Amino acid sequence: MNLRRALFAAFIAASVVATACGGAGTGGGAKPAVIVGSTNFYEQLTLGELYSQILEANGYTVTRKFNLGNREIVEPAIESGQIDIDAEYLATLLAFVDKDGKIAKPTTDPKETQAGLQKALDPKGLTVLDYAAATDQNGFVVTQATASAKNLKKLSDLVPVAGTMVLGGPPECPTRPFCALGLKNVYGITFKDFKPLDTGGPLTITALEGKQIDVGLLFTSDPSIVAKNFVLLDDDKHLQLADNIAPVVRNALLQKDDGTIKRLLHSISAKLTQGELNDMNKQVAVDKADSKVVAAAWLKKQGLIK
Amino acid sequence: MSLLGDVARWFADPEHWQGPHGIPVRILEHIELSALAVAVALVIAAPIALYLGHTGRGGFIAINVANIGRALPSLALLALGLVIAISLGLGLGFWPTVFALVPLAIPPILTNSYVAIREVDRDIVDAARGMGLSEAQILRSIEVPLGLPLMLAGVRTAAVNVVATATLGALVAGGALGRFIVDGLALQEYDQLMAGALLVALLAVVTEVSFGALERATVAPGMAAIR
Repeated sequence: MNLRRALFAAFIAASVVATACGGAGTGGGAKPAVIVGSTNFYEQLTLGELYSQILEANGYTVTRKFNLGNREIVEPAIESGQIDIDAEYLATLLAFVDKDGKIAKPTTDPKETQAGLQKALDPKGLTVLDYAAATDQNGFVVTQATASAKNLKKLSDLVPVAGTMVLGGPPECPTRPFCALGLKNVYGITFKDFKPLDTGGPLTITALEGKQIDVGLLFTSDPSIVAKNFVLLDDDKHLQLADNIAPVVRNALLQKDDGTIKRLLHSISAKLTQGELNDMNKQVAVDKADSKVVAAAWLKKQGLIK
Repeated sequence: MSLLGDVARWFADPEHWQGPHGIPVRILEHIELSALAVAVALVIAAPIALYLGHTGRGGFIAINVANIGRALPSLALLALGLVIAISLGLGLGFWPTVFALVPLAIPPILTNSYVAIREVDRDIVDAARGMGLSEAQILRSIEVPLGLPLMLAGVRTAAVNVVATATLGALVAGGALGRFIVDGLALQEYDQLMAGALLVALLAVVTEVSFGALERATVAPGMAAIR
């Protein structure tokens, strides 16, 4: 009797151990839950949808936490694990996490900038994956009328006249090195006043058209620039650097995964050219299409989902 | 506890008191915005309330405007105000905010003024009519003076509501004290955010107290003797 009981107990124990071992790390195991986050403008919603949908199509359960706010909110969120993935811009993120440039400085070269960014992200447990060819940077824009009246083609042209002009942009602009702060440091441009509006969105466009501001911050991939006949002032002193779009992912998530997340997100970066991004932005911002629908259509067209 | 220290330090910084974005300018902008909204509401609501109160008609409307008015979401009105202001070429900031605040200020003024006139002792009004005073004279020299404290209570309520809600203007590129709150949130500068909130609360309390004093000062001498 004792022997049989002992053997039975051993059998149960062995099955439990076998099941436990079998559950972890193999293809048959459960995929980790993923939280995809985004900041607060239309391009970010589209990018967030691209990442979310490709993961969902491959069996991941994705929670979307979009439109959270600006980088001041989203970056701490990914560091603390409240989100796992978001779409970022190489140079701007590096300048944000390494304000004094102690670890690395962003350059106009995306490879160099990505390497520097990874060094800055290592102590935070984050990895920046392969970047896309598509970029999106801060663009300073005036109306056609202003450009002709003050003879403005490039940012340096603003130096003599900026003292009579008002800049409009997101509230964090005066403290950002690629925004008003950078204009001051690199170009020597000081505006008469700054009006806090929104992140390259309808308030900024309305203010430009209504002459409440003279210069507005819009993003270089914004289709409204062409649609509204604005003049994008040329960044002749290269204030803006390599802002290629790349997914940033928590290491904790990558460790729970077998490399599929990396592969899937890389496949998006590989196909995301400037033209493709601008086209998707136009559909969402100008044609007012749903970012979910636009993202799905693009992924299908690129053969990334069925 | 360190947040309170940060807020104290924020107030102690002389830079925050100077220039076009400093505390005094923002307070003035806030008062300007609130005062205009209440004034417009007064101009709209008072005549209607006085007429309805004196003639005794439309009580149902007068009372229920208050309920409907309080239910109107200010943020939605702000968005509507923005669209209207832009189409009229009035731009962002100030005018959309005024447009959103006026409907907020009308109900307390309308209801209180109506009730104030209705509450005047009917015997007094009848006596005045008997003495040969015209309807306008009755309104002007009897009903309004007697009803003034209650009317002012309505203006007081409206003013405090407006002062508290005028912070919304910062969402559509407006100035005033809402700027500290909205920018503080965007920049994750909680000291600025708290400071802005404290200033708005302080201004609302000052408004409440000032109007309260005004009410007490306008009680008709005869009524004061009775009380």
